[in-house]
Amino acid sequence: MTVTVRIPAQLRSLTNGEGETEVEAGSVGDALEALFERYDGLRDRITENGELRRFVNVYAGGEDIRFGQGLATPLGDGDEITILPAVAGG
Amino acid sequence: MKPRQPFQTFGFGNGANSSRRQVKAWEMRRSFQTSANPGRGFLLRKDLMPVTALKCKECGETYGLEAIYVCEHCFGPLEVAYDHSRLGDPAELKRKIQAGPPSIWRYSDFLPFEQRPKTALEVGMTPLVRSERLAERLGVGEVFVKNDAANPTHSFKDRVVKIALAKARELGYGVVACASTGNLANAVAAHAAAAGLDSYVFVPADLEEQKILATGIYGTKLVAVRGNYDDVNRLCTELSAEHPWAFVNVNLRPYYSEGSKTLGYEVAEQLGFSLPDRVVCPVASGSLFTKIARGFSDWIELGLLEGELPVFNGAQAAGCSPVAQAFEAGYDIVRPVRPDTIAKSLAIGNPADGVFALDVARQTGGSVDSVTDEEIVDGIRLLAETTGIFTETAGGVTTAVLRKLAERGDIGPDERVVLYITGDGLKTLDAISHVVSTYEIEPALDSFAETVPVAAEEPVR
Repeated sequence: MTVTVRIPAQLRSLTNGEGETEVEAGSVGDALEALFERYDGLRDRITENGELRRFVNVYAGGEDIRFGQGLATPLGDGDEITILPAVAGG
Repeated sequence: MKPRQPFQTFGFGNGANSSRRQVKAWEMRRSFQTSANPGRGFLLRKDLMPVTALKCKECGETYGLEAIYVCEHCFGPLEVAYDHSRLGDPAELKRKIQAGPPSIWRYSDFLPFEQRPKTALEVGMTPLVRSERLAERLGVGEVFVKNDAANPTHSFKDRVVKIALAKARELGYGVVACASTGNLANAVAAHAAAAGLDSYVFVPADLEEQKILATGIYGTKLVAVRGNYDDVNRLCTELSAEHPWAFVNVNLRPYYSEGSKTLGYEVAEQLGFSLPDRVVCPVASGSLFTKIARGFSDWIELGLLEGELPVFNGAQAAGCSPVAQAFEAGYDIVRPVRPDTIAKSLAIGNPADGVFALDVARQTGGSVDSVTDEEIVDGIRLLAETTGIFTETAGGVTTAVLRKLAERGDIGPDERVVLYITGDGLKTLDAISHVVSTYEIEPALDSFAETVPVAAEEPVR
């Protein structure tokens, strides 16, 4: 399934300035893995010991994946994933 | 009372010094001002404010004082760092503070500016009211109510917005924006109007009418988003990457949140430069709660205050209590929730500083508790009936949690408690409309006598 991943401004120095990219994936975890393989250095920025860092939020279709099945949240063709810093607001 | 854990400072970790390029450039600018330009430099050196850098609360990485809020390495939140070593001895510093203006600018040495900004619509120095009647009703020693509804737009958000907008101007922004649960919307719209800045204010579409109207009147571009606050916040985080605007609680958040420290400084000063034993404070994002603690700990470190941090009790609505739930379960992460409460100003299901609020509560032997919507309304009434202060739903949450702590026996008989009231009751009138009734009569004595109960006659004084 082809899904779009939206990349936060803070990581665009690692993605040649790209704000979004398409990957083939069936789950959020797969999509992130595909992203990590494409761009060097991205993995360590947003994960630690295989888990998302605690100040990173990931949304699938606008919904926080913690309301779904976390990294196992399934994706459909054309779905959109958004990675964002968690420290905004309030 | 629960035993205290060892005290730690918040976000003041000794992270490694950075060699990042932007810091170096910034330091060069600073040294140029102070040494390469001797005549003017001498004055600048003398006037140099203690603010030094932005620093990651997670990994200690440092950055220049720019419109950034996230550590590029670990995504941790950035916080303003200061060097207070040249502020003089505590007695001198106290005199300097007391001689300052009657606003938050009396604490300029602890705020993130290199020079004191010129601003309109001053904020702060709100009343700290000792209430014997509330203390008596709750059966506790001493209760002080910090009435921060007494600010220009009737909530504590005037403090943080004042700082953020002054910083926005210093950084050269002409447009300011925010994601808000209501009070921040009021404050951004008003202060932007006073400062002559354009503004965009994003709120959940189902916000209380009073807050919508009291925002729109200032001529802001008011955007009602079909979603809850967390949706609004996500949208604004994305928008902040697309538009060159100063989002006060996104890219200016490190500065903005510093304004909340003044609620610590001010209470301490109003108590004659002493600390309360306990504070009860609402928790939405957790920033206010954390920054009040930071304010107290700054002054303890500098010798302006003696003793240790007060016990910190956080207050949430049961319909949106992610931090209270994490506290109860002993977790050090906060799982997001979908808010459903009348306390809309506290309805943040995914709180940015939730984990830091947990740290503060645990390290001070405090807690984070929650109360139901019914208890919130009772809390609003209790405060109104005993102090004459009418608070919005958030203050109902805080007062209800104070009552809960008192009933649970958490509060010692000799304790001095400060209750932080952060917003005005006129902002959330719908929440109490069902508990207020009137006696409707004809303009005639018999109609009055038939309808209105009259208390037993009291002697004329």
